[in-house]
Amino acid sequence: MTSVDVAVKNSQRFSFKFSKNISTTLNYLLLIVVALFFLFPIVFMFVSSIKNNETQIIRDMSSISAFIPYGDLGLKNYFDVFKQMPFGRFMFNSVFIVGSTVLTGLVLNSMIAYALARLRFKGRGLILSFIIALIIIPTEVVVIPLLLMVNRIGWLDSYQVQIVPFIVDAFSIFLFYQFFIGLPKSLDEAAKIDGANPFQVYWKIIVPLSKPVFATVAILQFLFRWGDFLWPLMVTRGYEYRPLPVAIQQFFSQDPKVWGDIFAFASMVTIPSLIIFLLFQKWFLRSVASSGIKG
Amino acid sequence: MISESAISNTKSLKKNGSSLQKRETFAAWSFCALPLFFLLLFLLTPFIIAFVISFTDQRLISNPNLPTQFIALRNFLRLFSSPSFHQALLNTFVFAVVVVPLQTFLALLLAVLVNQKLRFINLFRTIYFSPVVTTMVVVSVIWYFLYNPGEGLINQMISFISFGKLGPYNWLKDTASALPAIMILSVWQGVGFQMVIYLAGLQGIPDELYEAGRVDGANSWQQFWQITIPQLRNTTIFVIISTTILAFKLFTQVWVMTKGGPQGATKTIIVLLYEEGFKMLRVGYASAIGVLFFLIVLAVSLIQRVYLKEERAVI
Repeated sequence: MTSVDVAVKNSQRFSFKFSKNISTTLNYLLLIVVALFFLFPIVFMFVSSIKNNETQIIRDMSSISAFIPYGDLGLKNYFDVFKQMPFGRFMFNSVFIVGSTVLTGLVLNSMIAYALARLRFKGRGLILSFIIALIIIPTEVVVIPLLLMVNRIGWLDSYQVQIVPFIVDAFSIFLFYQFFIGLPKSLDEAAKIDGANPFQVYWKIIVPLSKPVFATVAILQFLFRWGDFLWPLMVTRGYEYRPLPVAIQQFFSQDPKVWGDIFAFASMVTIPSLIIFLLFQKWFLRSVASSGIKG
Repeated sequence: MISESAISNTKSLKKNGSSLQKRETFAAWSFCALPLFFLLLFLLTPFIIAFVISFTDQRLISNPNLPTQFIALRNFLRLFSSPSFHQALLNTFVFAVVVVPLQTFLALLLAVLVNQKLRFINLFRTIYFSPVVTTMVVVSVIWYFLYNPGEGLINQMISFISFGKLGPYNWLKDTASALPAIMILSVWQGVGFQMVIYLAGLQGIPDELYEAGRVDGANSWQQFWQITIPQLRNTTIFVIISTTILAFKLFTQVWVMTKGGPQGATKTIIVLLYEEGFKMLRVGYASAIGVLFFLIVLAVSLIQRVYLKEERAVI
């Protein structure tokens, strides 16, 4: 091999490496620009929420300074929110409502799915098709008659009106069913020979093997329920049972709008769900992915 | 004696088998009973009531002097001739027709972007998904401020990019721009969800297909169109259908930002349903809207079933 050949080879290698570097850099540049697009409103909210001076927030909104924490910074807006509103109450309401809906739902939805997927009994096929047919009914169609019903039984303005109707969810049952049907049949057979009854099989064998689907259903239900707006808007009147989304909407609708306080409120609503997401982000992405893959 | 006991033995064995089956049936029904009861009471019952009262003049708080009456199709006829229903229907369709293709396309682009084997790629996936975990009411509040007329950040950005030629716009107060403004923030908030579904779809495509493509001399552009897109067919159908149904449910953003205004420019089917049923207390009329809404959603999912053919089709 002559030295010229080597030089050519080297320069080729160099240009290959070089163009690869360029494309990687461009890639990252693109990734970062897109990331800025998704981040800028959230950053803007957090930064504005810690600016104590309301006129500064208004002044800053027309330039890049909207994203820069400077000037008189602090938690004044946050304290203002607590002075005006029982924020802790709203937070508790949301956590309690979503938490009990999701947790009770995990038990009930997985139990019926277990019966449908693993037990033999008359009417199994019928119930299964019935539940799959129910998935298509959007909540929006039933809210008005449901309002009529809960009004009759005096459930307006309560916790149960925001929890009980949404515990059992046809789509969650379907997700559990799909997972349970894929577990090997020999598992239950072996347990049955050892004298385990169906409940023991469910609790000791199926549940421990099904952590991924429990996580998926919990996360999807959390995502859907946490942002619920239409129903709580209809069934809550005062502060007592009002969840966060309705609370912030009503805080926001008051005039004159004090933007520092509104952003502090919005930040406090966002921080918990953002933290939960960051802690369990792998599970979040996996759950969302599995909601669609078999669709 | 011996033969008798033998007979009773086999009898008890048989009994044992059938009692085991009975036990299983009993267990199954005790697992199903409570969830089924909830579904019947809180989903099927109101669903049936919706159909029934859509043929009546039922009000939320019934007046003892004016009993609820069967009025046949009058609610539906009134809806069909109501300008505000026409507007709500049109707005909802326009929203869906713009947002669904846009969001699906962007979700696919983002999925391809974050499907690369690069360092920190998980960080970018997390960032792109983060609007999904931000409550829609909060998103609407932030964007309301960003859309501020005149000095608002969006106006400043547009003016900066267009060298001052475009804007400022009166985003949410102008009948021409209010719905597009809501479309933009809806896509911003929701696209991460579909991106993740597409990402799973992309990762499910076997590498051998791409290798075969490379052997045949296909460049990456050809590979994308000849391999990736056809392989994502089912994912795409799923994404399109679920996004369409979500788009038809449009309510929260509108209610927080414009309450259906200006002059009904952002009024949607669900906004109308809420106003009629909850504000005007015309439950029968609102239920008629709900029934029509259901029929639209049903039609959309039936179309899905046609396209998915043998595949399991569930939303």
